[in-house]
Amino acid sequence: MEFDGAAFAYGDDEVVVDATFHVGPGAMVGLVGPSGSGKTTLLRALLGQLRPVRGAVRVAGRAVRRRPSGRVGYVPQLETIDWQFPITVAEAVLLGRVNDSGPLPWPRAGDRRDMEELLGRLGIADLAGRHIRALSGGQQQRAFLARALLRRPELVVLDEPTSGLDVTTRQEMLMLLREVNRDGIGIVLTTHDLNGVAAGLPELVCLNRRVIAQGAPEDVFTSEILRETFGSEMIVFRHDGTLITADAPPHVAEHTHHVHLHHGPPHDPE
Amino acid sequence: MIDWLTEPWQYEFFRRGILAATMAGALTGLIGIYVVLRRMSYIGHGLSHAILGGTVVGYLANYNFYAIGAIWGAISALMVTGLARTRKIGADAAIGIVTTASYAIGVALISQGNHFTRNFEAAFFGNILGVTSGEVWVLAAVSVAVAITLFFLYKQLLFVTFDVEVAATYGVRTEVVDIVFALVLAAAIIATMRILGVTLIAAAIVTPAVVARLSTDSFGRMLALSTAVGALSGFVGMYVSYHLDIASGATITLTGAAVFAVVYVVGAARGVRRGRGLRLSAR
Repeated sequence: MEFDGAAFAYGDDEVVVDATFHVGPGAMVGLVGPSGSGKTTLLRALLGQLRPVRGAVRVAGRAVRRRPSGRVGYVPQLETIDWQFPITVAEAVLLGRVNDSGPLPWPRAGDRRDMEELLGRLGIADLAGRHIRALSGGQQQRAFLARALLRRPELVVLDEPTSGLDVTTRQEMLMLLREVNRDGIGIVLTTHDLNGVAAGLPELVCLNRRVIAQGAPEDVFTSEILRETFGSEMIVFRHDGTLITADAPPHVAEHTHHVHLHHGPPHDPE
Repeated sequence: MIDWLTEPWQYEFFRRGILAATMAGALTGLIGIYVVLRRMSYIGHGLSHAILGGTVVGYLANYNFYAIGAIWGAISALMVTGLARTRKIGADAAIGIVTTASYAIGVALISQGNHFTRNFEAAFFGNILGVTSGEVWVLAAVSVAVAITLFFLYKQLLFVTFDVEVAATYGVRTEVVDIVFALVLAAAIIATMRILGVTLIAAAIVTPAVVARLSTDSFGRMLALSTAVGALSGFVGMYVSYHLDIASGATITLTGAAVFAVVYVVGAARGVRRGRGLRLSAR
């Protein structure tokens, strides 16, 4: 997947001015940045929903036009789904094969078998006949991940897949995504959760209307890059080997470029 | 009771009428699912009015009702679909603009020359008892064509109705699906307009779909149920019309409304009972 000097606009407003980065096949990448930084815009470009006003977007070496080039599975934000729509989990998941399962309305035996196997693998096999609204947040994410995987994708694109999930469910979801990635399927996801999600991903692209940095969390989680990405002072430290970011307290933020970290209790100013 | 059921069948007009009403009910019930789930409930109302405007033009120019209705209906439906895809306008406003403008053309022409005839009375209020065998054949042909189209387009149409943006990502040609559905809708309205009437067609499209929505959470079952409720409303409505001597369009609509009321009340009662059960188990 490659963004080559790509710029995107909604009407006259350019929301991404210069996106240039490259992600190899089978990678697992997180797009991080504040609201309005262009994360979802880049996802929409990957999916062919939005065309660049300048530059190019390529997947598997081919330019993305009205539809994604190559097999791309997409898991939208849960907030965008119409939960009142009359559709069961099985019906929703089988839409993943919408164009590959013959002209008849009912699923072929092979598609149904694959769907059941996928639901089993994702731990929601017994929910196939339920309405999508009757699932918990984590189960809903798994159902829509199953739809994406049923497409036999080379790349799965997820928009804020952990938004609104509790800590345990979020960790389970990330574990599932790593498992999927180990099967050779590329993963691109957006998140604004730096500690819960981004820090655990192998590769990140930091965005704020343009690409600020790209690399492993160890490389891009620096006060400078995070300041440029999020527009505010942040501190970065390690706890038991885990990389942690936090908003800088006001007195640190005032002295922007000189951050001193203490591992003991805060000093009493007296 | 047997007499009550069999007696009307001795009349040709009833046999033709009940066949037409049942088919029209099934057809509008079938397409109604997509109309309701796309939140375009007023498309039936609007499009039937738009087509009426076109048929006035056709009448004055001496063209066949179905020919001019088909062309006018297809153009109106495509214009609504095109405008509805524009985020700033949306489906409801698109229906309002296109269909009322088209209807206004008909009204303007009628008011200019006093051309209001029985033909237009039938189009306005429906005339099931006066339906000709030719109209029944047209309805049968359109019903079969619509059913075949929706059968082979089932998955694509389901995806586009559920989430049009994601459907495109999964390779569905959403513009083509939208255009085909607009044409199917226009055809269904033209075929049922002289039977159900412009004023009642919206109810025939929306009510069975809403009854089905209240009864099931599965799209496939909803489709079958809505078609069945539409057909049943037409069938029962014709009997009620015959025995109570009330206009058949009205009895068909009221039968559908009665089914809706029963399903709604039963659903609400179940909801109350379930709520009580939950409160008791929580104690």
